[in-house]
Amino acid sequence: MGVGIEVNGLNAWYGTNHTLQDITLHIPANEATALIGPSGCGKSTFVRCLNRMHETNPIAKVTGEVKIGGQDIYSETSAVEVRRRIGMVFQRPNPFPTMSIYDNVASGLKLNGFRNRRVLDETVERSLKHAALWDEVRDDLKKKSGASLSGGQQQRLCIARALAVDPEVLLMDEPASALDPVSTAKIEDLIFQLKSQYTIVIVTHNMQQAARVAERTGFFLNGKLIEFDSTHKIFTNPSDKRTEDYITGRFG
Amino acid sequence: MATQFQSSTANRHWRWFTNHAATWLAVGSTILVVAPLVAIFLDLVYKGASSLNWDFFTKLPVPPGESGGGMANAIVGSIVVLSLASLMGIPVGIAGGIYLSEFGRGTKLSTVVRFTADILNGVPSIVMGIAIYGLIVAPTKTFSALAGGVVLGIMMIPTVARTTEEMMLMVPHSIREAALGLGVPNWRSVLSITLRTAMPGVITGCMLAFARVAGETAPLLFTALGNDFWSTSLNQPIEALPLQIYTYALGPYDEWHRLAWAGSLVLIVLIVVSVSLVRYVTTRGVLKGAN
Repeated sequence: MGVGIEVNGLNAWYGTNHTLQDITLHIPANEATALIGPSGCGKSTFVRCLNRMHETNPIAKVTGEVKIGGQDIYSETSAVEVRRRIGMVFQRPNPFPTMSIYDNVASGLKLNGFRNRRVLDETVERSLKHAALWDEVRDDLKKKSGASLSGGQQQRLCIARALAVDPEVLLMDEPASALDPVSTAKIEDLIFQLKSQYTIVIVTHNMQQAARVAERTGFFLNGKLIEFDSTHKIFTNPSDKRTEDYITGRFG
Repeated sequence: MATQFQSSTANRHWRWFTNHAATWLAVGSTILVVAPLVAIFLDLVYKGASSLNWDFFTKLPVPPGESGGGMANAIVGSIVVLSLASLMGIPVGIAGGIYLSEFGRGTKLSTVVRFTADILNGVPSIVMGIAIYGLIVAPTKTFSALAGGVVLGIMMIPTVARTTEEMMLMVPHSIREAALGLGVPNWRSVLSITLRTAMPGVITGCMLAFARVAGETAPLLFTALGNDFWSTSLNQPIEALPLQIYTYALGPYDEWHRLAWAGSLVLIVLIVVSVSLVRYVTTRGVLKGAN
């Protein structure tokens, strides 16, 4: 089951660049939350702070509080532990090129020392079914490399890989921006199905996509969270002038 | 707009000409590079193959004047010394390369290590031999297979380390992020994802280093020394193919010269076979569509 995310006074820097300024918001469990805003507004940095990927950059710094299911991920647990609970799907599909389709999905478990064959087989099948990829790859599981699939299939493979470690939250950083419309539609269908079991945070440049998949939407601009509300409210009756300007296409 | 991109006939002819000129220049350069290699190999086969027989691989050298005999001790000796060298040089080199690319980025120590490796690569092999003579042979008061293995092993390190570093750096950042994002600890990600992805290139580096030291003679003169008799002991002097070739080629007897040619052929074949074998073994498991 998914868990909620509470963010209080989050600040992030790359070197001297203050990329996130005093972000406070509450992301409810088992819903899809979309983050929109122009390039460089900090929305990607924000999701990377939610699973402590931000700090893998040596010049990055972060302050503030992020609580996932009530636990502060910066003070009460380790980065490795956090990332096992919070899966991430990146902008460009990034399957492990030397691994088979099967090993890609099983990698999160295998690399953490899990070896039980029967459970691995079950997990791989369940995750691929969840990611709506099973029927397309079931005959080549151990024969083909993950890199041999098409872009859209690779992205669903990456989703299956993230689901296989049974996370509570799924972060998606523009998961469909490198894909064609058909693959994009498949990913969106998937988000729709997955949100009953996981809390989903999706960064997107595509406002229709946000409107289609998300219950709630946050609008970022220049490192600040301008507005966070139900998707319906944001797209029909935003409270802030800047949000309205952005969604009506007046800038960005 | 369109007319701007349409070329005149003269222009098209010029392009045809430069295209073909460039192609033939590339073909010519390739031939120029490959021809000496083929010539050397054919020469070796021509002069060496006639002296190759079963005795060459099974018998010890005979005293000057007698005919027959072989280089069995040198072949086995080379295998012993090169195995020792690989056992030391490859793990240390790969570990060093991993440090340079994954852990030491931008640190002072990594700059020093990288600089030292490049210098080490440029040290004349005879100097390496003298150094190991001073460090191992003199204190232990004996020339030995071990000293020979150590000197060749050290000579392998810079090549292995620098290729490993280059190949690891070529692994896309997104692949590392994928592993970290799954909650895989950094050390595990480095070994099981980054190194594994870079493996084909790393192996090429190891093979290059191996092939290079397999033919070294000068450092072995001061360390392994050579031995006309059977020896596989690590703390005794041991024979090696390049040493035997060196002795026989400079000797006054025609029989020796013929054996030297045969030895050279065997050395080359030994290198080619071991490199091909490693390639075969390591590429067998590669999956369809893996890059």
